[in-house]
Amino acid sequence: MQERIAPLLITILCLGIAILYVPIAVLIGYSFNASALVSVWGGFSAQWYLELLHNDQILDAAWLSLRIGVVVATGSVILGALAAIALVRFKTFRGRLLLTGMVNAPLVMPEIITGITQLLLFVSMLHWFAWPHRGFTTIVIAHMAFCAAYVTITVQSRLQSADRSLEEAAMDLGAGPVRAFIDTTLPGIAPALASSWLLSFTLSLDDLVISSFVSGPGASTLPMVIFSKVKLGVSPDVNALASLIIVLVGACVLAAGYWMRLADQRRIADAQLAER
Amino acid sequence: MAGAARRGWLRRHGKWLIILPPLLYLLIFFLIPFAFALVISFADTAVRVPPFSDIVSITPDWHLDLTLNLGNFKYLFTDEVYGLSYLYSIKTAFFSTVICLALGYPMAYAIARTSKSTQSILLLIIILPFWTSFLLRVYALEGIIRESGLLNSALLWLGIIDHPLQIMRTTLAVYLGIIYSYLPFMVLPLFATLEKLDHSLLEAAADLGSPPWRAFIDVTLPLSMPGVIAGSMLVFIPAIGEFVIPTLLGGPDNLMIGRVLWDEFFGNRDWPVASAVAIVFLVLLVGPIALYQHYSSKQLES
Repeated sequence: MQERIAPLLITILCLGIAILYVPIAVLIGYSFNASALVSVWGGFSAQWYLELLHNDQILDAAWLSLRIGVVVATGSVILGALAAIALVRFKTFRGRLLLTGMVNAPLVMPEIITGITQLLLFVSMLHWFAWPHRGFTTIVIAHMAFCAAYVTITVQSRLQSADRSLEEAAMDLGAGPVRAFIDTTLPGIAPALASSWLLSFTLSLDDLVISSFVSGPGASTLPMVIFSKVKLGVSPDVNALASLIIVLVGACVLAAGYWMRLADQRRIADAQLAER
Repeated sequence: MAGAARRGWLRRHGKWLIILPPLLYLLIFFLIPFAFALVISFADTAVRVPPFSDIVSITPDWHLDLTLNLGNFKYLFTDEVYGLSYLYSIKTAFFSTVICLALGYPMAYAIARTSKSTQSILLLIIILPFWTSFLLRVYALEGIIRESGLLNSALLWLGIIDHPLQIMRTTLAVYLGIIYSYLPFMVLPLFATLEKLDHSLLEAAADLGSPPWRAFIDVTLPLSMPGVIAGSMLVFIPAIGEFVIPTLLGGPDNLMIGRVLWDEFFGNRDWPVASAVAIVFLVLLVGPIALYQHYSSKQLES
């Protein structure tokens, strides 16, 4: 039953989508501008992309950000998935309320507060234990705290809707609880784990504020380098870099989304086949 | 025997192997840092590493000495920059949230009314910008609204204006930045509640003679309140603490608390005052965060 949607609603929906996409489209358009003056169109050229390859500052920062992103995403998926299992499967335990609060708070907490408080912790820790030195390690630790929260929320909703009868059947057949979980429920939440890995990776790759606080001398992530350039205004090489990142991340997310949809459809088809 | 004992122990306490890692991690690296900020907000600045004095010290004659410096908090209330920037941040975040709601509600409503397959495509379109870089999107907006940007060029070309509008470095730019960046956070929770809406209720209202606008006010709006509040808080709370948008798009007048905090920390290197600013900020946020927790957990349960 399809109902008519008021033209006004459709207009506002299109306007909203335009607001979200026009700036990105314009940015990508200008990144191919041959002119070094950002306001003058000097013809089509990919020279700014080629110049990125010779910019050591940007390449170093990108390499650092990628390494941080991979470690953060992997660590957060493990922590976040454990938290989600704890919250969905164990209805009562000491600290449940505390854990619930701590996985929801980072989603709304202004980054600037998280960044300052975490820096104060790291500085005091370094003072007492001579560890961790500010840089790669502290950025990874700080990012994992808020990325794990996003993972928990994603996996939690998936786990809640998961059918437990298969797992119970496996346990009736003699499998231990861990074994039964891995064989039956884990494949079902795998798409959620994959998408939250990707989400953590992009959140880490994008973070400026928390990284700026907890990083030390010599460890500048990609957003930190971009921010210091952008403060001076629009520049053609940042246009190219920004377009490259947005298109790459967008393509990865779309590809992953498509793949997960296929996996889901296959799983549902299998389930229907099994019922017959 | 030992194996059996180990299995018994695992069965009874095994769940703590799952609970403890995330619980301890978040406790140490998310919650306890707030305690550090609270303690350091009572310290003095000092020329050393780390740049603040000890609160607790042991005197040579073995007395435990606790020195609490309340001066940082007094300073926050006497220097009007802080009070004004808190108020300015709340005002900016409030109006941005209202505009996001006015724009996001019809969007979510329209999406919820489309077919399931269209819904998933539209949702993807809304979510995709959230996945791509926040900083880079703010930068992209600058390309539109700067003096020689697309908006001014288009308006000049159309002959609507005869000299470029100054949008960059104004309050308007900050509002545009926040709305542009946070719109997806408003649409998604609203969609989640509107999608679950029971249409038979609207039909019942229509059968009982209620005109559509009346049915909307009496049925749809109250039922979508959890989404309205969750979405509003998802925009309002981070917007208050926003640093990137007022710094890149705003002018010197757009002193939001995030910028003041950043300058206090990196510019003045006054960590105790920065900690005090953060603590007061956090106290202001307790209400909105509790509101968000309440409504988002309600949404998750249903």
